[in-house]
Amino acid sequence: MIFSLSHQLKTTILILTLKNTFEEVGNATLFAKQFFKEVFIPPYEAKQFLKQCYIIGYKSLPLVAITGFIMGLVLTMQSRPTLVKFGAESWLPGMVALSLIREIAPVITALICAGKISSGIGAELGSMKVTEQIDAMEVSAINPYNYLVVTRILACTLMVPILVFFADAIGIMGGFVGVNIHGDVNFYRYLTQIIQSLEFLDLIPATIKTFFFGFFIGMIGCYKGFNATNGTESVGKAANSAVVTASLTIFIIDMVAVQITDLFF
Amino acid sequence: MIKEEKHTEKEEKAKDKKAIIEIKDLHKTFGKNNKVLQGVNLTVNKGEDLVILGRSGSGKSVTIKCIVGLIEPDKGEIKVFGDNVLNLKKSELNEIRVRIGFLFQSGALYDSMSVRENLAFTLKKHKRELTPEEVESEVVEALDSVGLSDAIDKMPSELSGGMQKRIGLARTLILKPEIILYDEPTTGLDTITSREISELILDIKHKQKTTSIIITHDMACAKLTADRIMVLKDGVIHAEGTYEELEKSEDEWVRSFFE
Repeated sequence: MIFSLSHQLKTTILILTLKNTFEEVGNATLFAKQFFKEVFIPPYEAKQFLKQCYIIGYKSLPLVAITGFIMGLVLTMQSRPTLVKFGAESWLPGMVALSLIREIAPVITALICAGKISSGIGAELGSMKVTEQIDAMEVSAINPYNYLVVTRILACTLMVPILVFFADAIGIMGGFVGVNIHGDVNFYRYLTQIIQSLEFLDLIPATIKTFFFGFFIGMIGCYKGFNATNGTESVGKAANSAVVTASLTIFIIDMVAVQITDLFF
Repeated sequence: MIKEEKHTEKEEKAKDKKAIIEIKDLHKTFGKNNKVLQGVNLTVNKGEDLVILGRSGSGKSVTIKCIVGLIEPDKGEIKVFGDNVLNLKKSELNEIRVRIGFLFQSGALYDSMSVRENLAFTLKKHKRELTPEEVESEVVEALDSVGLSDAIDKMPSELSGGMQKRIGLARTLILKPEIILYDEPTTGLDTITSREISELILDIKHKQKTTSIIITHDMACAKLTADRIMVLKDGVIHAEGTYEELEKSEDEWVRSFFE
């Protein structure tokens, strides 16, 4: 009897969780659909878009630079002993650059952006929602979706790939420092080895997926913020939920991107 | 000749009595069973200040939010300037929204913008042809009308609750609305500031010839501003009349507001 009740309870919880998840996915899809509808409709909020590019892109540079440098340095220092064991130390610059450009820099940078940008957007829009600022825009006949959401999603979609390029470059510099801790390689030789081991096609899938990362980081932050309800508590929830959902989405996109890359490149 | 003049005067009065907001059989339920509005009917005439009273959660704010399309009712008809706002396209609704001002309970100032930017933002969006000097002059004029021109460079976080409401009112006034909806304009303010806000509402009505709906619990504000009062109970209009009429109402529940 007790076993049966517990089983029923578990089934009910599972059904409710699944229902809520599907509802959330459905609502998020409608929210994203509205973006594609609104993005082409004037007025185009160029000033606000540039402001968001500055906040999302320029203000994230120091964080991305530090992370990128550490990624390059650590990756080099961790990979070196194994490559030395197999007598393949000369592959080190190429291997580090390839790992950074194809996988590590895009994913780590996107995760950092999910933490910094998605949560920031979620908290900002959530706070605007609960203090009726979004409603105030709406009743003033100003389209809050166009002004707040479209500009942020566009800025994220454009800025995240640029931040990833920046992290790639700084990571390669970190690798150079890592190589020189135990050896003596000049920068020109280090760079030549990287260029020789890289192909142009290595850049394309990595770059394409960063646009998706950027889009979803912005979209999820805006969606969570725009749907915040029930006072200040929900602002924290929106920010937290934005980070968790955006991080998870980044891994899912990465997994799909790897499968597609495997098929076509 | 005298007869003709009298006739014109009558026509003018009739014109002035023209209903500007008409709500018929408005229903709204939140969730499954939370029936907030259960058939609200009300009319607001041009130039009139209508005060809506009622207990917390009785649907006063929901009613005015339905008027501007912030909340979609389940059933009913809302005519503003003769158009049923529930059947309008977004662009048509926005044309009506420009003619309606809405003062939120919290003021709802954009907290990332200064007072100047808060006021200029709405103006720039709707009157793109204005030069920066003209925008500045309109901003100063709107701030003057609420007696807060000194606060032009302050951020909302630097303002007191009363000042935030006044700035909110200035932001509402900058588009020169024909209707103003006040959502609890004096809530959370001390008696003196509440009186100042109530006098400001009265002043705006006389100077700008606006029509207003005022949601309030503050009887002093109601006494000062109301041409007519409606009392909302159980999702319907329970009583209606002037302040003096309702004060002497036979209904004890209605009278309890005035005690």
